[in-house]
Amino acid sequence: MLIKIDNLWWFALAGGLIPLFWLIADAAFDHLGANPIQSLHIRLGDWSLRFLILTLAVTPVQTVTQWRGMAEYRQLFGLYAFFYASLHIVVYLLVDHALIWPTIATDIIESPYIWFGVLAYMILFLLAATSPKWAKKRLGKNWKPLHRFIYIGSGAGLIHYFWQLKGNLVEPSFYLILLLILLGFRVLTCFKTRQPAQTAISKGRQ
Amino acid sequence: MIIKTQKEIAENEITDPWVFKNRRTLIKAMLAALAGGTLPPSASADDRKTEWRNLQHGEFSAKDLMPTPDELVKNYTNYYEFSFNKEDSTSLAQNLVIDPWSLEISGEVEKPGVYHLEDLLAKQTLKEYVYRLRCVEAWSMVIPWIGFSLADLLKTAKPLAGAKFVQFTAVHQPETMPNQRKRAMLEWPYIEGLRIDEAVHPLTILAVGMYGNATPKQNGAPLRLVVPWKYGFKSVKAVVKIELLKRPPITTWNKFAPNEYGFYANVNPQVPHPRWSQASERVLGSGFFTSRRQTELFNGYGEQVAPLYSGMDLRHFF
Repeated sequence: MLIKIDNLWWFALAGGLIPLFWLIADAAFDHLGANPIQSLHIRLGDWSLRFLILTLAVTPVQTVTQWRGMAEYRQLFGLYAFFYASLHIVVYLLVDHALIWPTIATDIIESPYIWFGVLAYMILFLLAATSPKWAKKRLGKNWKPLHRFIYIGSGAGLIHYFWQLKGNLVEPSFYLILLLILLGFRVLTCFKTRQPAQTAISKGRQ
Repeated sequence: MIIKTQKEIAENEITDPWVFKNRRTLIKAMLAALAGGTLPPSASADDRKTEWRNLQHGEFSAKDLMPTPDELVKNYTNYYEFSFNKEDSTSLAQNLVIDPWSLEISGEVEKPGVYHLEDLLAKQTLKEYVYRLRCVEAWSMVIPWIGFSLADLLKTAKPLAGAKFVQFTAVHQPETMPNQRKRAMLEWPYIEGLRIDEAVHPLTILAVGMYGNATPKQNGAPLRLVVPWKYGFKSVKAVVKIELLKRPPITTWNKFAPNEYGFYANVNPQVPHPRWSQASERVLGSGFFTSRRQTELFNGYGEQVAPLYSGMDLRHFF
């Protein structure tokens, strides 16, 4: 309770860049293994998913601890999820496919797992674009329903992860469980608050 | 973490390691003493060879293809018996026991039998085969294998007229293979198969080495199949049994996901995997910002193998 949340925000901002510098260092020192392009690509996708899960974890943590002012962190983590997803796509287009568009088009058309990645990215893009305060003001009541698309985005991202794998499902299963817990929390609170909320409104009218 | 579980062996059953290591020299010496003279070189009494230089190239070896750096080939293997992680298999596979090794040839043959690998190799002409390898995961390598024609081996067993398919069984060694111990994912041991005409095609080889040396354990030592026009999972590692059959064998990946991994598994850019495209591939060793290779039908071996599939709908028989 004594920790100043404002200071922590700067730490969080700087911390979000650590995976990027880590990756750059691994690439520079040739530590990315036998298939460095794939390794780079996968690790960026992993970080996007991790930040997405962090973003989804903010609200439950806020509810449980009753800490205030965590919305800024939710925004920061969400933007990092978008940032790493963008790098993931840049690596796919530029580093792996050398911007050879016919090959890219064939690859996307013939790979259903990529469709889910594209869907997830389109949602992240939309949410990142409507993230600034002025956008929030302008969207008014619509902002919240729009940003609930993060649930669909994270689900699509996870399918994208699962669907490209041939063997080991341990790691995506770990993220799946986390995601189910975080979404389950929302379902629970939704059920819990519905009844009292309605009575509260009717009381207010009296 | 490597957990070694070994069968208890009574002390008196264990051969002194020095005697074991030098057993062939010792036997030679004993025989030489008995014969009282020089002995003709006997293959079974020779240590398994681990180095080959300047071998003749196989018929379809691509001498002018630049092999993938061997360090990459040795550290990027799908060896699910050890790990689902390609880079972890390198160290885990070192536990595999490959000496002694025997190969069983059975089924629809006139002369079934179990052979010591050394005896078997003594009768075969080893050649170098520089082949492309295309994984179903859309990456590829060029590997200079050392091996011999599978057709030559099958000939020695005299296949019967009923032999229409060949089934290959990989080693079952749960004491060294963690995923066999855990019964993880696939049904073990790993089984693959070919049609008889595919098996006796001059491109099809059994490999014992690569890059001039014995095959590293993670790459399928001591004996592996190499079928260069098919996806890599057809090329079974650590083969212990070859059976000639009347009916098509039930193969491991095909059984696991029949809609994703067909029996034929011919490399074909026109037929995508249900979840991903097979049109292009990342060549290992190629740098950042370089283009992917356009995958070729039959992995570029169409001139040699296309006649095997004439009249077949390759979309149906994928």
